[in-house]
Amino acid sequence: MTTLTAQTTQIYSVFILATPEQIWDAITKSEFTQQYFYGARIDVHDGRRFCSIGDTEWDEEVLEADPPRRLVHGWVSAYDPDLAAEEQSRVSWEIEPQDGGITKLTVVHDQLEAAPKTAENVAGGWMYILSGLKTLLETGKPLAG
Amino acid sequence: MTFWSRKIPDMDDDQVFKALADPTRRHLLDRLFERDGRTLTELESELEMTRFGVMKHLRVLEDAGLVVTRRDGREKLHFLNPVPIRLIHDRWIDKYTEHRVAALADLKHELEESA
Repeated sequence: MTTLTAQTTQIYSVFILATPEQIWDAITKSEFTQQYFYGARIDVHDGRRFCSIGDTEWDEEVLEADPPRRLVHGWVSAYDPDLAAEEQSRVSWEIEPQDGGITKLTVVHDQLEAAPKTAENVAGGWMYILSGLKTLLETGKPLAG
Repeated sequence: MTFWSRKIPDMDDDQVFKALADPTRRHLLDRLFERDGRTLTELESELEMTRFGVMKHLRVLEDAGLVVTRRDGREKLHFLNPVPIRLIHDRWIDKYTEHRVAALADLKHELEESA
């Protein structure tokens, strides 16, 4: 993605026809994440967010967990050696029920000041992830392609 | 369930297409693409338009989900939310460009067959 300077606070938001509980499960259990999160297996429990992609495994600190409304955790780009050396940033998932069975999901990725390469890297990624998550929850199938 | 699942995505698309069908609003998105988290005052200073006019355009963008606002103390900051554009891309652009690519592949195949 070509940005002049990658943003140090990035906000992504999407409306999904699903309950807050379904969205919570989809972001905290690997059986779901591997279907829309670049194949990553992600499990949140015991105050940590355990991630694995291929042979790479790492975990991140959970800063706040209020199921099924709010999850805040540290972000380390361990999946790419070039980005892994950068400082930890922060990701907040906000889950807000709306009328008509719709839930608004907002992802705020901030504290990216000391992680410029990560900021650049995730800018396109979050769009793809949220689009894939919406498709998975609404159709039961991962995004094609 | 079926009512909403059919209705909502199209309604969302309508709002996004309408929001994008205006040069001032596209300009505002471009400004936010360059740098996010701007106040109304900052955005207004780059446009030859009244504060009220800019507010109205931002409101349309916000209703379509293309702009998300956050409070930071006394200030209201505007952020670009590209997800609805990505959804349109996945729903519309992919579909037609895939067809084009397939058509070209067929043509190549036919030409090679007859060669």
